[in-house]
Amino acid sequence: MHRPVSTYVTFSCHHRIGAALRGGGVQRTLLCLALALVFGGAARASTDGFESMLGELAGKSFRRKSEAIQAIADSGHPAAPRILRALLESRAFFAPESERLLLDVADSGEGVVVDAITGEATRVAFESGRRKIVLNNAMRRLLRSLVARAGLASRDPRERRQAIKELMGRDDPEIQALLREALEIEQARDVRSLLETAIAIGALREDDADAGSDAEARLRAIEALSGSLHNESRIALDGLLTRLESRQSKSSEEEAQIGAIREAIDAIDRRKVGFEILETLFFGVSLGFVLVLAAIGLAITFGVMGVINMAHGEMIMLGAYSTWSVQQLMPHHLESSVLVAIPVAFLVSALVGVAIERGVVRFLYGRPLETLLATFGISLFLQQSVRTIFSPLNRAVASPSWMSGQWVLNDAFALNYNRLWIIVFSALVFAALIGVLHRTRLGLQIRAVAQNRAMARAMGVRGARIDAITFGLGSGIAGLAGVALSQLTNVGPNLGQAHIVDSFMVVVFGGVGNLWGTLVAGLTLGVTNKLLEPFAGAVLAKILVLVFIILFIQRRPRGLFPQQGRSAEA
Amino acid sequence: MKKRRLETMLAAILCSIAISAAAAAEEPIKVGVLHSLSGTMAISETTLKDTVLMMVEQQNAKGGLLGRKLEAVVVDPASDWPLFAEKARQLLEKDRVAVVFGCWTSVSRKSVLPVFEELDGLLFYPVQYEGEESSKNVFYTGAAPNQQAIPAVEYLMDEIGVERWVLAGTDYVYPRTTNKILEAFLKSKGVKEADIMINYTPFGHSDWQSIVSDIKKFGSAGKKTAVVSTINGDANVPFYKELGNQGVSAEDIPVVAFSVGEEELSGIDTKPLVGHLAAWNYFQSVDAPVNAAFIEKWHAFIGSPKRVTNDPMEATYIGFNMWVEAVKAAGTTDPSAVQKAIIGVEVPNLSGGRSTMLANHHITKPVLIGEIQEDGQFATVWETDGLVPGDAWSDYLPESKVIEADWTSKLDCGNYNTRTKKCSGQNY
Amino acid sequence: MTSVANRTVASRLAGHHDLLVTGALGIAVLVVPILALTVPEGSALHLSTFSVTLLGKYLCFALLALAVDLVWGYCGILSLGHGAFFALGGYAMGMYLMRQIGDRGVYGNPILPDFMVFLDWQELPWYWWGFSSFPFSMAMVVAVPGLLALVFGWFAFRSRVNGVYLSIITQALTYALLLAFFRNEMGFGGNNGLTDFKEILGFDLQADATRVGLFVTTALVLIASYTVTRGVVSSRFGRVLVAIRDAEDRMRFLGYRTEHYKLWAFVLSGVIAGVAGALYVPQVGIINPGEFAPLNSIELVIWVAIGGRGTLHGAIVGAILVNFAKTWFTGLLPEAWLFVLGALFVMGTLFLPRGLVGLVSRRER
Repeated sequence: MHRPVSTYVTFSCHHRIGAALRGGGVQRTLLCLALALVFGGAARASTDGFESMLGELAGKSFRRKSEAIQAIADSGHPAAPRILRALLESRAFFAPESERLLLDVADSGEGVVVDAITGEATRVAFESGRRKIVLNNAMRRLLRSLVARAGLASRDPRERRQAIKELMGRDDPEIQALLREALEIEQARDVRSLLETAIAIGALREDDADAGSDAEARLRAIEALSGSLHNESRIALDGLLTRLESRQSKSSEEEAQIGAIREAIDAIDRRKVGFEILETLFFGVSLGFVLVLAAIGLAITFGVMGVINMAHGEMIMLGAYSTWSVQQLMPHHLESSVLVAIPVAFLVSALVGVAIERGVVRFLYGRPLETLLATFGISLFLQQSVRTIFSPLNRAVASPSWMSGQWVLNDAFALNYNRLWIIVFSALVFAALIGVLHRTRLGLQIRAVAQNRAMARAMGVRGARIDAITFGLGSGIAGLAGVALSQLTNVGPNLGQAHIVDSFMVVVFGGVGNLWGTLVAGLTLGVTNKLLEPFAGAVLAKILVLVFIILFIQRRPRGLFPQQGRSAEA
Repeated sequence: MKKRRLETMLAAILCSIAISAAAAAEEPIKVGVLHSLSGTMAISETTLKDTVLMMVEQQNAKGGLLGRKLEAVVVDPASDWPLFAEKARQLLEKDRVAVVFGCWTSVSRKSVLPVFEELDGLLFYPVQYEGEESSKNVFYTGAAPNQQAIPAVEYLMDEIGVERWVLAGTDYVYPRTTNKILEAFLKSKGVKEADIMINYTPFGHSDWQSIVSDIKKFGSAGKKTAVVSTINGDANVPFYKELGNQGVSAEDIPVVAFSVGEEELSGIDTKPLVGHLAAWNYFQSVDAPVNAAFIEKWHAFIGSPKRVTNDPMEATYIGFNMWVEAVKAAGTTDPSAVQKAIIGVEVPNLSGGRSTMLANHHITKPVLIGEIQEDGQFATVWETDGLVPGDAWSDYLPESKVIEADWTSKLDCGNYNTRTKKCSGQNY
Repeated sequence: MTSVANRTVASRLAGHHDLLVTGALGIAVLVVPILALTVPEGSALHLSTFSVTLLGKYLCFALLALAVDLVWGYCGILSLGHGAFFALGGYAMGMYLMRQIGDRGVYGNPILPDFMVFLDWQELPWYWWGFSSFPFSMAMVVAVPGLLALVFGWFAFRSRVNGVYLSIITQALTYALLLAFFRNEMGFGGNNGLTDFKEILGFDLQADATRVGLFVTTALVLIASYTVTRGVVSSRFGRVLVAIRDAEDRMRFLGYRTEHYKLWAFVLSGVIAGVAGALYVPQVGIINPGEFAPLNSIELVIWVAIGGRGTLHGAIVGAILVNFAKTWFTGLLPEAWLFVLGALFVMGTLFLPRGLVGLVSRRER
């Protein structure tokens, strides 16, 4: 090696020096040195050379861009880690006039752009025609591994863990060496165990000739992976098993290894089964809560008021469009726009609902089937309005970061944040609705009008006003469902139609007029659907659920929780 | 009573048709537009209606055709398949259009096909489809499977090194046929049964949790895995959202889609999709002067610089220009003359090359593979060396490889069976 | 629901309307063939193929609406799944037409329809057997929807499922069938359905004479069905049906087995809907799962409501007028016709509670 040591230190460790005084710091700095040595392959480039590498990134050829990335990593330039990370996170731009690479530094505030080489804020950012550097998958893969190697030396244990996961199972002796060195200085317990797993995986993947000398170590590695839920563990065990079994004559040590591998795989599969069941249940519950949320507004307009509200789906659609509109109005506050959209969507749908009730539905009380016809007409009208106003194309609603991604417990089990939030949201809406209906004066009046309109009016309840409020409430809740659905599916003119049939099924299955019934029905149908899906496939599962509903209604003609008493006959 | 009034009205319509037919000679050439403007397919088809209207306007600005102006006749078949047949008949019989641009779904094309064959009309069909058809009266300017699916799989296999395949599709004829073809193709390349997972979902499927989780498990067996998606329209948004949320990144398990273009992406939050692939014959991002000019005109016509262009629009563009050239060559809009004149017509496509109408009524096209970018556009990562001629009858299906289509005087048949030497299934 | 006074008025006027409906249809049967086949093309009186198939389609829908009105108008069963019976009848006819293609399909396979050939089916599924025979197929047109109505109705009425619960499970029924027929494994052509028909009973389906023949058949079937349903509703059986509609519990207390009455009305209605489907398919040239869509079934209930529920002739008028409006506006206002249709439905229910024929009979009263 012919590079001065100081270059390596500045390459990836310049921010480390301060940390060297703290515990473990010295060793980590040494690891940095080792890392830098691994990185170094080509000669230290001059600054001019480095700039020309950056220039390559703005080109068109993906092959030359990949080479440039490798060269940047190899150059050992102090700016290299920053540039690689920015490229991976697609924050790198090229300013064609000044021919400079710029990085968007998101974590240091809104819209700060720095020069890639100097790291200083720059005005060139506003130069016209700045272009984002276009990457392809191969480049992204390369960047990920380069960034992960540097990440092994990170101060943040989370980043170290992520780096180890990224490097786990790669057939590269250099990486194995790096991981072993990292283990020597690692102090965090969870990171250590992850490193040990990664090293064990590496040990299994090693060439048999190398490993043959140390059968004992290999056996230990196999045992270390027993019950490990990482995908790579299972892959490595499977791979070794096939290799050993294909051998003509097996030594006693190899026989012992085969036995150990079988046990390890069994242990893994046993643990995975449990998680799979949990996962299916979670899928079912989350689907169930989506059904409940979509149906619960209908449980009010249809269940409580007896209006066969075919425009219910369009109320959901309006809620989703409200979410989109709010996002358009506050483009810089993506994280909070969904929260702002909640009251907006409720109000928009509720107002439209009140307008429908006052304009049409109120003339049709006592004629439920005619409400079906009129609201069907309204639904056509609303759909076409949306097509005319917003265009027939779908609208893109972005998900805030707190609703994206997963809460990863392990490789076998992870929960989507958006699903978790929707379950919470749905449960809150349900609780709030129950609260309003059973704990407030308004709720009392709503229930009174629903049960016996004439008697309620005789008691001084203003029936017409209550009708309008009830319909508005049901529609508003449908609007809330629209906010949630905008995070899961299309926001387009067909959104409502896609949910109307399911919603009716849920309400009727649960028992018209009973909110708890709607909750239980939605969850039952969701879980049943997801339990059937692995065996029957998505299409058949849905058909079976429908047949189940038809048969169930034969047994209980008034749903799960039939209404009792006189109002049941209405 | 109402009944009688109805009949008077019908009679009135019929009279007006008769009168208008007599005066046809001096009138403009009518161009039928048969795309759904309401119902489930409006989402995709409305744009194509606008494209045809733009092309008509441009042609008129150039002085029309054969000295006559063009006039677009727009009807709404409302995503209702029997209504497609009815509207096609209305366009051909009542409005006497010279040509029709229309249809998106295969079922709508199948529905109007007998009408076009009976009344000898011309239909330009601008969408990628499953093949297995070549009608005398239909011109297929979208991609056949060998112009989209097969090159995409070849790319994944040779360039990315994919060894394990998920064929995921919506349960209808296009995915079924395409997956049949791909399965046969993959097996011919030595891929084992155990390394192919096939999954079908209903239209508009919105809960992808289990399927994405299965794909993830299938892809974690240590071999490079890719998903070939023939998932249709509305089901894509929740599918990609679920992929993004479950952390299936394009570097690990790339998804190559045949039905997701710029317009579909404009309705999706593209952040989690970056790097996933699509195979088309055109991308808006293609760097060609003719494309830049087209995009500019489109933005001016539609009045919004945000609107994107996509592959079916390009196919409409090519089809329209081919028809114009054929009419010029034939000197008449008479369908049978145009049918003869159009074979061999070559017009510029939007990716900088020239496409030719083949004897089997399909066209030659380049195949591009693009990766989705954050701005909803595609970056072309691979393209075929030259143009790929569209193959109506797939060579990978046992019953279909013996069939040939040639509408020149050589065979004059869309389904000529080379084994039995017979031309079967013709309706005229 | 409908007042007793109106009932008597309606029954007084019933004969009058019978004459109008059968008369108008009879005239159509005589006039349409003459205008379409003998009057030369180009003449102002010539009826084009387009108009003939359009009229034929309207009449099929009228037949379907008649079936709905029988159960809804006279028996209080709001079925939101009648599209299922219609589509099943259509599929039975479609299967016959498919088998008639024989070896004239694009692959020239004498046994398998084209869609099975290219998806690599090896043999004809058992449920396709027999459909090469016309009488068998016609028996199936009646039997399949009839049987479904019988089984479904037997379970539902026996368990006293009624009101909206019944409406929603009929919707579930048609929705489940929609999903099932979309599946390609079912062997009914999946989403594309059955198409590319060539001939019926040896007559070329694209020939004008065949189309006129189909139109005349449809009109005659409509006249016959109208007469039969009118007979049913004016009989003692029909009066029991109306009584069940208005007060089912009372009828049950009086000792009537109401479920039997409802069941037979439902089966008859299902059969008529199936026949309507069978007549529809050769005229439009395609049958596909879209016909099972729940929204279609809702729409056809609306035709009946617009025309006038519980009158029979109202259903026919409603179906023809709404569909005529649809044809007219989808051509005239392609971008805005849904506004018109939506407004029509809302205004119709608000201002014409007894439908269009209610408007007429009120004036006559």
